This record gives sequence, C-alpha cells and structure tokens, in this order.
Amino acid sequence: MTVHFKQDKPDDSNRLDGMKQGVLGKSIPRVEGMAKVTGTAPYSAEYPMTDCAEGVLVTSTITRGNVVSIDKDSVLSMPGVLAVIDDPAMTTRAAQGTADEAPQQEPGTICYWGQPIALVVAETFEQARDAAKHLPIKYREDPGAPLDPQAVEAEEQEDETVRQGDLDHAMATAAHSVDVTYTTKGHASAAMEPHASIAQWDGDKLTVYASLQMLNYNISELADALGMEEKNVRLVSRFVGGGFGSKLGVSEDVVAAAIASKEVGRPVRIVMSRQQVFQCVMRRSETTQRLRLAADQSGKLIGFGHHALVSNLPGETFAEPVLQSSHFLYGGENRDLMLEVARIHRMTAGSVRAPGEAVGMPALEGAMDVLAEKAGIDPVELRLKNIPEEDPEEGLPFSSHKLAECLRLGAEAFGWDSGPRSPRHTCEGEWWVGTGMASAARVHNIAEAKARVTLKADGSALVETDMTDIGTGTYTILAQLAGEMLGLDPAQVLVELGDTKHPRGPGSGGSWGAASIGSAVYIACKAIREELGQRLGVGETELELKDGEAASGESLVSLLDGNDLSREGHYEPGDIKDDFTASGFGAFFAQVRVNRFTGETRVDRMLGAFGFGRVLNHKTARSQCLGGITWSIGVALTEALEFDPHEGHLVNCDLAEYHVPVHRDVPDLEVVLVEERDPAASPIQAKGIGELGMCGGAAAIANAIYNASGARIFDYPMTPDRILAAMPD
Amino acid sequence: MRPFSYTRARTLDDAAQLTHDDTALAIAGGTNLLDLMKLQVETPETLADINRIGFGGIEDTDDGGLSIGALASNTETAVHPRVRSDYPVLARAILAGATQQLRNKATTGGNLCQRTRCFYFTNIDQPCNKREPGSGCGAIDGIAKLHAVLGTSDQCIATYPGDMAVALSALDAQVEIAKPGGDTRTVPVRDFHCLPGDTPWRENVLEEGELITAVALPAPVGGTQIYRKVRERSSYAFALVSVAAVVEIEHGKFTRADLAFGGLAHKPWHDPRIGEALIGKVPSEDLFDKAADILLEDARGFGENDFKIPLARRTLHAVLQNATEAAA
Ligand SMILES: Cc1cc2nc3c(=O)[nH]c(=O)nc-3n(C[C@H](O)[C@H](O)[C@H](O)COP(=O)(O)OP(=O)(O)OC[C@H]3O[C@@H](n4cnc5c(N)ncnc54)[C@H](O)[C@@H]3O)c2cc1C
Ligand code: SF4
Repeated sequence: MTVHFKQDKPDDSNRLDGMKQGVLGKSIPRVEGMAKVTGTAPYSAEYPMTDCAEGVLVTSTITRGNVVSIDKDSVLSMPGVLAVIDDPAMTTRAAQGTADEAPQQEPGTICYWGQPIALVVAETFEQARDAAKHLPIKYREDPGAPLDPQAVEAEEQEDETVRQGDLDHAMATAAHSVDVTYTTKGHASAAMEPHASIAQWDGDKLTVYASLQMLNYNISELADALGMEEKNVRLVSRFVGGGFGSKLGVSEDVVAAAIASKEVGRPVRIVMSRQQVFQCVMRRSETTQRLRLAADQSGKLIGFGHHALVSNLPGETFAEPVLQSSHFLYGGENRDLMLEVARIHRMTAGSVRAPGEAVGMPALEGAMDVLAEKAGIDPVELRLKNIPEEDPEEGLPFSSHKLAECLRLGAEAFGWDSGPRSPRHTCEGEWWVGTGMASAARVHNIAEAKARVTLKADGSALVETDMTDIGTGTYTILAQLAGEMLGLDPAQVLVELGDTKHPRGPGSGGSWGAASIGSAVYIACKAIREELGQRLGVGETELELKDGEAASGESLVSLLDGNDLSREGHYEPGDIKDDFTASGFGAFFAQVRVNRFTGETRVDRMLGAFGFGRVLNHKTARSQCLGGITWSIGVALTEALEFDPHEGHLVNCDLAEYHVPVHRDVPDLEVVLVEERDPAASPIQAKGIGELGMCGGAAAIANAIYNASGARIFDYPMTPDRILAAMPD
Repeated sequence: MRPFSYTRARTLDDAAQLTHDDTALAIAGGTNLLDLMKLQVETPETLADINRIGFGGIEDTDDGGLSIGALASNTETAVHPRVRSDYPVLARAILAGATQQLRNKATTGGNLCQRTRCFYFTNIDQPCNKREPGSGCGAIDGIAKLHAVLGTSDQCIATYPGDMAVALSALDAQVEIAKPGGDTRTVPVRDFHCLPGDTPWRENVLEEGELITAVALPAPVGGTQIYRKVRERSSYAFALVSVAAVVEIEHGKFTRADLAFGGLAHKPWHDPRIGEALIGKVPSEDLFDKAADILLEDARGFGENDFKIPLARRTLHAVLQNATEAAA
C-alpha cells in the first residue's frame, strides 16, 4: 500500500520532536562504516563474478572530428582480446544530473580530446589495456575547435537574467562601490572510487553493478541508451566511494559494459583509469565573474550586480549556476544578474559538489570583503546589515533564515575581532597572520521520493529504496528516522539501498537526499503508526512507541501477530516551493598564515556555523561540514584543472597533480550546528548539508590572505605565484 | 602496460648482464617505473629486479663519510642516525618528498633516476622529444607551470623533479656506478644529471648496463643545513622551487656556502660562483641579491613558469637569512 503526500503548505507540527525513542539527531556512527573500512562492503567493480571479461575504453586523441576507421583486426589477434566495440549506442559523455535520458551517443563523432570512442574487451585487464593503447584509429579532424571561453561569443542563459532598477546609476551615485572581476579554475570531483561497472545479462534482462548516485534517473538513462524497457534493467549501487556530482548521471563505462557483455556473452567489467575519470567524466566549469556592489554611507546595499561566464560543450544543457544564491542572499533594489555560457570543446562540464555556490559564493564574498574595507565596516556587521527581509527579486518570504544567527554564533565561537582591520597587523617569524570571514548559502533542493518500510513480525524493521549512500550517512539516518517513528533502536532497522528493485528514491545530489528520502520514510512510518494506532484504538498522534512497545505496554511483536506490516511512502514536493525561498545559510571564519618570502599559504584554523533545518545525525552532519570546509581550502589554495591551450585536454589528470588538500593542509576545523526546524523545507523540517560547507569558505581564506599579507587577489586558487604577484613589497 | 618478462637478479653481475640491452630496465622500488609502464611511457621488454643483489646498506666509509647503498629505502636513509646528525639537509630533503608509503619503497638509485613529471611526457598521445625524439615538445607553448627556467633547450624544458638529489648536490656526494664486467666508476652528483640540449631523452650519464651501487657522502661538513621546499600544498607535491644549503658563518662572514636548487632545471642546479660570491662576505640583503643575480643570470621563463624566477630569488633570500639567524 502506497501513501502519497504532497506538501503544499508549511508543517510546523514538528511531529518528530514528539516521538519517544530519542535517537534522531544523535551522533550515531555510520552503520556501514565497519564494512567499508574492513573491505567487506563491495564496491561496484568488486562484485564476485565468474567468467568476467575486462573492458578498457579507448579515447580520442583529437579534439573535434570523426573516426574514419578502426583497424580492429590488428588487435583482435593480440593475446586474450575478445572484442573491439564501437557501437553507435555507446555514450560519449556522462549524463548530466537528473537527465533521465541517454547522454550524447555515437562515439564516432568526436567533440573533445579524451572522448571515449571504442572499447576493447579481453580476458585480463592488462591485455585489454595494452590492446586499447595499440588500436589503430584513423580520424578526420575538424581543426580549429574553440577552446578558450574568453575567445567565443557566449550565450546568455535568459532565465537567469535579472534587471531591476538601474544598477549603473546606483554605482555612480553610491557612497561606496565595488566593481571587481574574479576568476575560478575548473574543479574535479576526484572521488576515491573510480567510475566502474560490471554488466551481466540473463536472457533479455540486464543487471549492471555501477558506481552511481541517482539510480532513479540512471535506470532511464541506461534503458534509453540501449533502447530497452526499464523493467528489464536493474542497477545496483550499494556502496559508492564518493561521487561529488561526478556520478549523478550514467558515465560512459555503464552503457559500454552493457553492450560489451551482450556481445561477448559474458559479464564485462570496466574500471576507468584515474586519468579517464579526470578526462572524460565531468569538470566543474571555470568561471569569470564580475561583481558590482553599490552601498549607501551606512554600508547598506542599494545595488547588486553579478555577471558570470562559464563554459560547456555544444549541446549540453548544464551551465554552472553561479548566481544561484546571489539572487537572494543580500538586498539592493537595483539589480543586474546575468549568466553566460561559452561553447568550447573541453570535456563536459557538469555538477561538481555544490554546483553554482561553490564558485559563485567565493567571488561574491570576496567582493563583500572589499566593500567592508571601503566602507570601513566590520565584515560581519556588513553582512548583518544586508540580510533582506524577503527575497529581493521574487518578493517571497524565506522558509527559514539562520544567516544572522550563524554570523553571530560563528564570530563568537571563533573569537572574531570586530575592531578596525588593516592588513599585515601580525607577523610571526616569516609568516603574516590574518583572519577573514564569509557567509555561506546554498539553495534548498528537494525531490520526489519513494521508500518502503516494513515492520517485521519479529519487531524489527526494514527500509527499502533505490536511494544511494555515497558515503554521506544515508543508511544511518534512515535507520534513525525509522527507529524514531517506530520506537526502535536503530540497530533493529535494516536499511537496503542502491538497488532499482526497490522503490524509487530521489538519488543523492544537490544536497536533497536526506530531506527527500527522509520524508518518504517518514510518510511510510506514519502510515504504519496509523495502522498500529487503529489496532490499539488510539489516534496516530497519541501513539507512543519506544523500545518496541507502545505506552500501553503492548509490544510491537504482539500487535503484529505474526505478520509483517508494510507501507510505501511517496513524497512529492508540491506547491510549497513556489511560496517560499528556501536555503541553507551559514558563516565561515578562517585564520591563515602567508609566508612573506614564498607566498605559501597555510590555514591555521577554520570554523563554520551552519543552519540547515533539522539535524538528523550530528556526527554525519558535522562530517559533511568538515568535508565541505576541507574542499573550501582546496578551492581557495590549490585546486585547478589545467587544460592544454592547443587541444583542450586536461593535463593534470591524476591525484598527484590535481592538488586536493592533504592532511597537513587541513588544520583544526570547528563546526557549529545551528539547530532549526524549517516548516516549509520538507515534512521532516530538514534541508540539506552535503554542500553548504563549501559554499563561500574559500572567500574566508581569501579574505584572510588579504588581511594577513595585503595581497588582494581576485583569482582562485591563490597559489604562491599569484600571491607573490599581488603582495605589496 | 605491455607484456614484459621479469627476472630477479641475484648478483650485481646478473643485473648488469640483464640490463645491458636497450629493451631492459632495472626495477628497484618501482614507484616511478611501474606508473610509467602503466601509461606506456616506459615499455621495457625485460624487467630486472635488482632488489636482491645487495647494496642496501648504509655504512661508514674510511674517510669518515657515509656510503648509502643504491637499494637503501628513502625511509631508511632519512631516519639513519648518522644522516640525521651529520647530514640533516639530506634527511630533510627526503622527508620533504612524496609520502611515507612511497618513501618506504623508493630507493636511492631509483630516486636519482626518477623521471620528469612533465604532463606531456606522461601522456603518450602528446608530442614529447624526451619520450619520442623528434616528435616536438608539447610543454614549451603548453602548460608549463612546473617547468625549468635554467639550462633549458629548444628541445625540452622539463625539470628533474626530485628532492634528495638536490641535497646530495649541496653535499657534493659521489655516485658510485658499476659497469658490466665488474669495473666501477664514480661521478659527482653534480655531474650525474644532464641538461636536455639536443638529447633530452638522456637524463643522466649512466650507460647501458651501468647500475648505481651507492652514493658516497663526504666526511661530515657541519655548518647550518637547510632544505627549503616551496610548494602549493604542504605535502605530497613536487617542488616549485627548492634550495638545499650547507652554510657556515664565522666571525660574521660566510666561510662555507654550498647551495643547490631544485625545480629550476633538468638537474639539481649547482653554480660554484654563488658560493664564491658569498664566502668571505658579511651577510646582507644586497649580498643575497648578488647571489640570486648569479643564479638567475640566464634564467628564462615560458610564461606559466615565469614566477619561478622571482620565487627562486625570494627563497634564496629566505634560506640565507635563516642561515644567518641560525649562526647568530
Ligand atoms: C605521487 C608521487 C609523488 C612523489 N613526490 C616526490 C617528491 O615530492 N619528491 C621526490 O623527490 N620524489 C617524489 N616522488 C618520486 C619518488 O621519489 C620516486 O618514485 C622514487 O624515488 C623512485 O625510486 P624507486 O626505487 O621506486 O625507483 P624505480 O621506480 O624502481 O626506478 C626508477 C628508475 O630508476 C632506475 N633505477 C632504479 N635503481 C637503479 C640503480 N640502482 N641503478 C640504475 N638505475 C636504477 C630504474 O630502471 C627506473 O628507470 C614521487 C612519486 C610519486 C609516485
Ligand atoms: S618539456 Fe621535455 S619532457 Fe616535457 S614535452 Fe617537452 S620534451 Fe617532453
């Protein structure tokens, strides 16, 4: 039985707070943690298979053109080689998040250097890799493909454009104005587990074990690519070694493995090399962003401008949504916002953790620091002054708004000095030491979701959905949520995820996972409670369940009387999203040191305070924040995709040369969770926390670099070369 | 990776025989070679495993110096009590490199022979004169942030990426080499690596079949020893610029100044004129500038790596200032 709930109005009954088990929100360690660290949790390439052949993707060595011919015979005679496949159904790009249909196919048409064009299948991985490197391919090259986003005419994304009032006039007449241009480089998701799949056919039924974030969409993407019906396709993705957006859509290995397995009549495994993951899955677009801020004497914004240029391949719908939070974070009646996309032939640009705010917020919050300095106002004070009463463009109320509280609590916990600020106030040995701060914002996303909850006759519970846990804690929070609703210790709740045989979840992405699937589980549990209440003759709202018993003393086992009780919860967002602007908010504070000789920068300490609705598990929520802040350090200081200027290929395509922060770069991080209930965000009053932790943190570091050294830099990442160039003598 | 045959050498002679062939390579820790084989940058038909031929010891020499076996791991060397007390610049340089896991496997010989990290060298679908003579150089007008500013040629602008050898150069260590047939020869570390010139594929003076057996350090040189490595992240990154320094100041004047530089050239850079300019002089900003002028006299950037020129100057300043402070 399915119970459908569409949220059309705010719910401030906060039912979960009235439950008796008392486990929701608790710092429970990840239930699958032990299996993962002891190697018993199978990742997609690790499912035991008999007679599995190995596939290696062959990628293009030209930027644009066509494959004229592939001399398959010359490698088919190599030891162990079983097949060379260049089926037109193979995909050449990963699907964008929530695409729900096959991405670009026809591998013979080449749009970027490194694009998959064929697959070699062999008995062993080494044989397949060697044959892949040897495969002779004739190309017809279409030279002159544009590669530089600055050198092409960009396309305006019209639905992002906002023009309100007269920004030029506001800038010209403002007491204080800032007009600065920031750039950010591309980023890679750099998840530990490479993209990998094993495909297996049973008659016309296909099963693919793959490393994916959103099975509910991936199944249609795969079925569409193969021209199959979804009912004949099963995707399994129970454990995912990080995704960060790169596994939102089916990657090229998934479809290729399915085609190859059919052709060779055996299971086929494809594990992308680290270089391939970097070069042919997803990049975050580089950006160029002009910020214009006009403020009155007191520092209150009267004008706000944000123009951004991003890039993507021709034909891709995704444009890094840089302006997402700029639309509502600060007031200012004269507004001018615009997003443009340059069509270039670098690899596909798509979602990388916190698409939009991850790069938009560092630019905006850098510009705010410039304004604070110009206006002579404490940077925290400047933000507090500019928090709008309602969405400055849509005129909508905010569903909840914790920015001011995060700024105040964060400043206090960090020990923020609100006195006058001037660069180079402290030098310790060779190091300039300084502080900086920034606001955090990340729009609230939510999606349709289904989950089945079964209260077993033995008094334990089972939660089933094809939702994934990409290392974020989904298994754990769902056990807590069901435990809370049904009066069970979470250890009594078995959560089964990552298999399309279960009801469709929302997938993990856009920080929407916990609130969306949590709501579906909540709805299912509520329906079970209704049934239990009926059996006990009490209303659902009066029913008290704890440790497997009702308040009346009756146990769940006796109430179930030997039968399972199962309900499917179906959550739909409803009209409420048109009535409110909803976002997570927060604040970052950082102390850094900049070497006065070399420009090397190290973060001494950093703190983030975040408000994102109900906290479902303090530990997993805090871990998400820590991960986000860590990535902020990467965005600020080291992470940059470098593309060859002539062929457009990604050159620093491994973990040695794409510099994510290492342990030594990550100091003491402190997280302050500002609890709240957001009645309009979801039936469980929760928003998302997967991304908020990196939405602006880089600016706190950049602003601290300025405060420490006097180097005001407008280009991320702030590597020693850039710091030296900007550092006053 | 291409199919290859693997043989475990039992003796030095064995190893020399096995590698006396241009399709064979010695493998020690494998931390560099195996990566390059997977990328098919290196395609040996035969791998001669030299890990069992001895030469793993670290021993005192008759002249009071220290001999570090070619197969001693980087970790063993860095933690060796005599290295720590008498040659701290070497211990620091090694510990500034790679990661603990890599250093546990990496060997003295392999570290000296490690290949450049140029992005175009490691991508076999790109032109690279070092990997494929005559194919061109992808880096010269490509992505060259890590590349050399000293001693480049129009054929190749790659750097020698390592740290250990920079310290060995400052210490004026000697590379001991065994030739096939039992002869040996000794080459100063300062002369071991080559400049790219017209033969960028040739990175060091080893001839076919020659193997490094040890590196000999001179009797302890004392002084203030500094290894300064500038990098974007604080570990697990190659040097943008590094300086190894063995410096002594007596009565307010430099009496020793052995300096070597990493990240600037196809070899650890050592210019005897720098020491000569410093010795006998009183440390001062002006003097440090003069030393940097000598170092960078012929420096030339390729756009992306232009910053290395001022960075090398500033790092040299920092090191000489640290040394001066330490002596005070
Ligand atoms: C991700 C990463 C980061 C790194 N970072 C740094 C760094 O910051 N600083 C740094 O200095 N290094 C760094 N390294 C390089 C590391 O130091 C080298 O890989 C290591 O020293 C090589 O030693 P090995 O014994 O493993 O050599 P192998 O890989 O076994 O061999 C390398 C080469 O040396 C030859 N060879 C080995 N022994 C002998 C011998 N006795 N005589 C003649 N030829 C020989 C081999 O034939 C081969 O060509 C890094 C490596 C990696 C993978
Ligand atoms: S710099 Fe040297 S190693 Fe790099 S591409 Fe050019 S020739 Fe090859």
